[in-house]
Amino acid sequence: MKISLASLHKAFESRIRLGIMSALAVNDTLDFNSLKDFLDVTDGNLASHIKALEKEAFIGVSKSFVNRKPNTKYFITTAGKKAFNDHLKTLEQLIKSQKP
Amino acid sequence: MKKEKDYVGDIAAIRSMMERTSKFLSLSGWAGIMAGIYALMGAYVAYVYFAFDPDEVTQVPSDEGIVLPKLIALAVAVLVLAIGTAIFLSYKKADKRGERIWNTTSRRLLINMSVPLVAGGILIFVLISKGLIGLVAPFTLVFYGLALYNAGNFTYAEVRMLGLMEIVLGLVGLCFIGYGLLCWAIGFGVLHIIYGIYIHYRYER
Repeated sequence: MKISLASLHKAFESRIRLGIMSALAVNDTLDFNSLKDFLDVTDGNLASHIKALEKEAFIGVSKSFVNRKPNTKYFITTAGKKAFNDHLKTLEQLIKSQKP
Repeated sequence: MKKEKDYVGDIAAIRSMMERTSKFLSLSGWAGIMAGIYALMGAYVAYVYFAFDPDEVTQVPSDEGIVLPKLIALAVAVLVLAIGTAIFLSYKKADKRGERIWNTTSRRLLINMSVPLVAGGILIFVLISKGLIGLVAPFTLVFYGLALYNAGNFTYAEVRMLGLMEIVLGLVGLCFIGYGLLCWAIGFGVLHIIYGIYIHYRYER
């Protein structure tokens, strides 16, 4: 069986980015601190991974103010959802094909 | 290129992250068991010491003026004990799992439970104020069951089943008011204990 490794997106090579995408796939929106708690990473680390995913347009940001404090929420975009699902499918196929 | 192990690990990480971020899984089985024990004790005290066992919708204990406030105090005490124990044990379990007890998932769980619970609570106060004491126990079961059924989306799926059983018991209690307290003891006491033991053995060992 030939499996296209091209659908294993480079952006998802990091476990943290994979975690961000997984969390956003099952939640409408999540704010920065919730993501940080779930992933157990530092501010800077999370911010750089988020920026990378934002650059691919896989996740979107909505900024608003709650009690005059900035509140940043992240959500998965349609393109992001598709890329993530394709990635999952490819992973599953790879595992299947490697089983004797 | 990555090896197979990495792919399996990736999928496992994805699955666990999806579950952790959408469901609150720090609910403790022991909390269910303890809540059941408090409820059984409460029902026993109400039955034996306050002679609370209404046969009809409007029937009230003979010396109503003295007993009713005591009954309400008893019910509130059982409720506070059960909730307090649940919070304490969940806090400990969350700590052990490296999670915070107050996070997106627990917040969502509480919000979704609170709508049926608050509506039910107000309804029960109205029932009491109108002297419809026989309806109180069945209605607490029905509304608690609705809250649990709702909550099943945001925590262990078994909670949904428990909710359905509470609703059925409540409706049975409404049809046979004389068995209202018995149904209440089964629903809040026995079912909680069975559920708690099940969760404990299935997820906590």
